[in-house]
Amino acid sequence: MKYLAKKFCTLIITLLAVSLLSFLAFQVIPGDAAVSKLGTGATQEKAAKLRREMGLDRPVMERYGSWLKDFVQGDMGESYTYSLPVAGMIREKLPVTLAIAGMSFFFMLAVSIPLGLLAGRYGGRLPDRILTVCNQIVMAVPGFFMGILLTCVFGLMLHWFTPGGYVSYQESISGFFGYLVFPAIAIALPKCAMGVKLLRSSVIGELQQDYVRTAYSRGNSPRQVLYGHVLKNSLLPVITFWALAIADIMASSMILEQVFTAPGIGTLLVQSISNRDYPVVQAVIVLIAGLVVVVNFLVDLLYGVIDPRINMKGEG
Amino acid sequence: MKVRKNYNLILGISLAGVMMVFMLAGLVYTPYDPEAMDQALKFAPASLAHPFGCDQFGRDVFSRVLQGSGTTFFVAAGTLILGGGLGALLGMFTGYFGGWPDELLMRFNDLVAAFPGILLALVFISILGPGKYNVILALGIVFIPSFARIVRSQVIVHKDMDYVKSARLMGCGRMRILFVHILPNIKGTLFSALAIGFNNAVLSEAGMSYLGIGVQPPDASMGRMLSEAQAYIFTAPGSVLFPGLVIILMVLGFGLLSDGCNI
Repeated sequence: MKYLAKKFCTLIITLLAVSLLSFLAFQVIPGDAAVSKLGTGATQEKAAKLRREMGLDRPVMERYGSWLKDFVQGDMGESYTYSLPVAGMIREKLPVTLAIAGMSFFFMLAVSIPLGLLAGRYGGRLPDRILTVCNQIVMAVPGFFMGILLTCVFGLMLHWFTPGGYVSYQESISGFFGYLVFPAIAIALPKCAMGVKLLRSSVIGELQQDYVRTAYSRGNSPRQVLYGHVLKNSLLPVITFWALAIADIMASSMILEQVFTAPGIGTLLVQSISNRDYPVVQAVIVLIAGLVVVVNFLVDLLYGVIDPRINMKGEG
Repeated sequence: MKVRKNYNLILGISLAGVMMVFMLAGLVYTPYDPEAMDQALKFAPASLAHPFGCDQFGRDVFSRVLQGSGTTFFVAAGTLILGGGLGALLGMFTGYFGGWPDELLMRFNDLVAAFPGILLALVFISILGPGKYNVILALGIVFIPSFARIVRSQVIVHKDMDYVKSARLMGCGRMRILFVHILPNIKGTLFSALAIGFNNAVLSEAGMSYLGIGVQPPDASMGRMLSEAQAYIFTAPGSVLFPGLVIILMVLGFGLLSDGCNI
């Protein structure tokens, strides 16, 4: 329990620090919120009045406090460009990004585990060599270019989906996932390649351990040894990578949403950056960073479950 | 580092070398004016005069790719000098001296790790505004912690090794130990990290420019070219495939180089 409490404290502190950092970053922008909200009609008096109304004349830490309080309660401020509540705008677009990221993560696991085991088992032989070459090439393809290629092959040539024809989930659930599976694959492929590479070297290392020889001498088949003994032990280093990949998947989703014109929070973020719509930018960034921190916390807990050697009591 | 039989290194050096020449050439020379439009050449297929064909405005794709890769090199090199240089120095000092600056750096590292790389760069871009130099600044700052972490962990391993102890006994100063004794011994890791960093910079710049918030015209950028040409992938496949291919070859070359260094 002490381990849990300690981890939980770290989680809270990190979340606070992340939000403070994001808040402060937007305080150094030349020109303030009042002026940007008034736009071209800004005069000295008008700006001063609005600044007082918005509470911009208060000290920074006080403003951070009230901003954080509102944020936690679901009030993320109002967009400069659309004068809509930011929370509503995000809530509307979040399912798209989560669907892409979720499918992408699932695809990454489903592909890299079997292929990594295959490459590791045949280390140095033909299947391994073919996979290694493919890995190197796939890792070099930029995500958005992979997206363009997928659009070209599956959209324009095979007509499996209509490029640019995003289907909202209110209209049709299967259409929604059927469209978003392509950006998800484009994001997942380079991560798969990296995952296969890591799992391969991990499996090759594990296969030389004594317990593998013992398992063989007790009459297990290569398949039993691989799935029953080696897999679990070689997953640990790869899990670290998968946890880091979640942050990366969220970031790649920003770009792939543009390629496939899917209205997720990535599209929202990019538009808001171009429009200098800071409340939206700030909210999206805090949200994504917060999500990543929470996921990392969960992965840390998962380590303890998978590998009992990790000290759960918080000693040492 | 054994060069013979290290096929990754040999292939990586050759490919990265060719691409390097291509990028450096793009900084100073293009066969045609990359901005010159010619309606007669609209969507012209690849030919001897225009090896990559022409785009929707009749501009020579080869010249544009050449210039774009020059910009990419400029941005990536700038990012490495800023992020890699500062990060490596920071990692060396905190790793060697330890104490509270080390603790502070590591906590800060954890914090920055919560923001996915390109997201943090986008924060800086939204504050600084887009453009070539701001992309360098944004990516450079984003890269500092990862370089610091890699170099720090290596320095910590090396600082208690016998050769460092004997150097200390012989009366070498701290700076001499760090830069003359430890630095040459961690150069394999450092090169490998630099090559990976170069790739990340190339991919991030391309991604940001693709989104329209990276390098801005008149500076050519392959990311922007791809986003403009995407709609014409059937009518002029060359203007999509070639910029993409050049990025892939660059990243592949430096990726192999990194793998080769890291033995």
